[in-house]
Amino acid sequence: MSSTPAAAVHAGHAEHHELSFIRKYIFSTDHKMIARQFLFMALFMMSIGGAMAMLMRWELAFPETAVPFMHWVPEPYMYDGAIPPNTYNSMFTMHATIMIFFVIMPILVGCYGNFLIPLMIGARDMAFPVLNMLSFWVGAVAGLIMLASFFVPGGPAAAGWTSYAPLSAVPVYTGVDWGQNLWCISLIVLGISSLMGSINYITTTINMRTKGMTFFRLPLVVWSLFITAILLLLALPVLTTALALLLFDRLAGTHFFLPAGGGEPLLWQHLFWFFGHPEVYIMILPAMGMASEMIATFSRKPIFGYRAMAYAMAAIAFLSWIVWGHHMFQSGMNPALGSGFMLTTMIIGVPSAIKTFNWLGTIYKGNIHYTAAMMNALAFVAMFVIGGLSGIFMACTPVDMFIHDTYFIVAHIHYVLFGGSLFAFFGAIIYWFPKMFGRMMNETLAKIHFWITFIAFNCTFFPMHILGMNGHMRRIYNPLQYDFLKPIQPINVFISISAFVLGAAQFLLLANIIWSLAKGKKAEDNPWRANTLEWTTPTPPPHGNWDGPLPVVYHGPYEYSSPLTAEDYLPQNVELPARAAVAH
Amino acid sequence: MIEHFWLPEGISTFSPRIDFLFTLIFWITAVVWALVTIAMIVFMIQYRSRPGRKATYIEGNPRLEVLWTTVTAVILIGLALLSRSTWANIKEQGPPGDVFYKVTAKQFNWEITYPGPDGKLGTADDVTVENEFHVPVNKVVRFQLSSKDVIHSFFVPWIRLKQDAVPGREIHVWFEATKPGQYEIPCAELCGFGHSGMKGTLYVQSEEDFQHWLKDKYSQGK
Repeated sequence: MSSTPAAAVHAGHAEHHELSFIRKYIFSTDHKMIARQFLFMALFMMSIGGAMAMLMRWELAFPETAVPFMHWVPEPYMYDGAIPPNTYNSMFTMHATIMIFFVIMPILVGCYGNFLIPLMIGARDMAFPVLNMLSFWVGAVAGLIMLASFFVPGGPAAAGWTSYAPLSAVPVYTGVDWGQNLWCISLIVLGISSLMGSINYITTTINMRTKGMTFFRLPLVVWSLFITAILLLLALPVLTTALALLLFDRLAGTHFFLPAGGGEPLLWQHLFWFFGHPEVYIMILPAMGMASEMIATFSRKPIFGYRAMAYAMAAIAFLSWIVWGHHMFQSGMNPALGSGFMLTTMIIGVPSAIKTFNWLGTIYKGNIHYTAAMMNALAFVAMFVIGGLSGIFMACTPVDMFIHDTYFIVAHIHYVLFGGSLFAFFGAIIYWFPKMFGRMMNETLAKIHFWITFIAFNCTFFPMHILGMNGHMRRIYNPLQYDFLKPIQPINVFISISAFVLGAAQFLLLANIIWSLAKGKKAEDNPWRANTLEWTTPTPPPHGNWDGPLPVVYHGPYEYSSPLTAEDYLPQNVELPARAAVAH
Repeated sequence: MIEHFWLPEGISTFSPRIDFLFTLIFWITAVVWALVTIAMIVFMIQYRSRPGRKATYIEGNPRLEVLWTTVTAVILIGLALLSRSTWANIKEQGPPGDVFYKVTAKQFNWEITYPGPDGKLGTADDVTVENEFHVPVNKVVRFQLSSKDVIHSFFVPWIRLKQDAVPGREIHVWFEATKPGQYEIPCAELCGFGHSGMKGTLYVQSEEDFQHWLKDKYSQGK
């Protein structure tokens, strides 16, 4: 493998002197430290995004009443605790923006992409460690800019996370001035961060695999992160371009999206969703990969149809470029185009179904260990099935005519992004916590967190399908303004109470993380008896990952319960005696 | 409450076709969900770890994989082809109109323009009313939808109609209501701080009532 000279150089670095505090914890070039930085940034941002969800749910259940404990918020953001419409619009805009760009992407791509790729392919670090450090710090600056927008006159952006022009392009339409500008600038800066990360991931995966680690011996999570990095590399510049044009419209008097000057509002939607749909898969593919690792490990069984799983992710990635129009069926886009996008959207359901069936095939005849990580991974599959199936409704153009822009859509995206991506994260943090921090998470607390979250999640988001079927629009701050929504208001109350339980349950996760960091049981090197290379390192792994030479890989990552071994697992770096005998 | 656990009443000529597709997809997805979930629960119980058990080493089954890929593809592509004609009929051509209007959205009202006594839109006697959309029952209503400022979306849940109103564009929309009554017309696309609460009313009236209302309105306009 061509990586050997580079690896030797890194090995040399690894044995260097002890690093200063700042180089070790703040401006670190160690991929594992950068992964932890992304994780803590995302957890911090998640608490902000989550708090805004709680405020929105209060408003929807008890419209125009004072939110408890919120009297201190100054006017005009709140009036003695009551939320005015523009603040509500800002909240759902910032809730989605923060959760998508500063929680799910940093966790899946920033944290686990960074942590797992070098460890799982047998590399000492990323290909470009300094670029990696810059990627985090540029991302942190983007986060600070986004948070700063809460404190400018007019408040933060209020045009939705999709920021449809002309609403987003002319300050007077929303009453938000610098909030929207900072929103654009923050996401442009974040795009630079993502670009640096994706170049790093792609280069590392192609060039730095250890001896014997062929592409079809890569763990599925590395496949998913590699494919995600390619999507990021190609999708983010489109968003950056669109944001730059929007900023020009706002600040420089251009009319890219303003019909008064010959511009075209639908151009924004095309650009945004051309980025936005690959983005949706950026947020689910790594979750699929992480769930695959946990399901194989805890079923003690090979992944069913490993190659089909890898090809299905590649197919999803390819198709994700030609489905963006399904967000625009009712937008005034030529309806004939809608039919084409309906067909491609239906087809993208096929690889998603393949993945689901293969996960079922993996647990079939397994020997399933119900750890908290496994429970979350299985919940990921079950919730992804619901989110995937509800997508068929909106792929069908005539049905979409009714459910578009209703809570049916809100239910769908949360089943995919919360039920999917976040449950995979809840599993992943338990599964990789020992390698990341050298301690185990508390299993009992993790299971309590799982059950409350799982039940409250379904009570929160499943009834939203029913709201949508009644025509309940998204992004309205007071359902009682409509006669036809008054009879279903009790559903809104039920959803909100469930949401409060769901929100409160996340303190258990936070408590578990903090408690386990300090007091958790010391972890062995391979606590789950898993095959992949990260478990062959010392716990926690040192700078440079392996103390001695890099491991050599002899077989695929999922040799569980092989009839050729006495144990029910076979790490990738262990040569099977029988095969060794044949080879020599 | 239980009566709200399904679609609201449909009152347009195309609402039964949309509801048919919704119901069809509902049953397909419900059956698939039930099968997948039952299989999952059965596997989870049957193959739980017990002392002395070992998993069976299975790497895959190409024949099974080809089978479920093909079946899924046929169902999904079939659904797309089945939906195609309904969509084309509603949004692409549709029947010739009986009555004509112009609907212009603005922050945060619907402006409904009636053709006036001469029956023609775009002439001096046009009458514009805010948020009151009167149409005759069992007649094909056609209107040009546009917006003065931002994107709005014309939504009548019972008609099953939704169409964005885009500034700089005139989008042709049609429907035929089959039941007299009053129906709310919420805006379905975020359009600013007054988005919540932006609504008009669709009055579906008998031909007589409709003519009567028109005459009243036109005489006021003079």
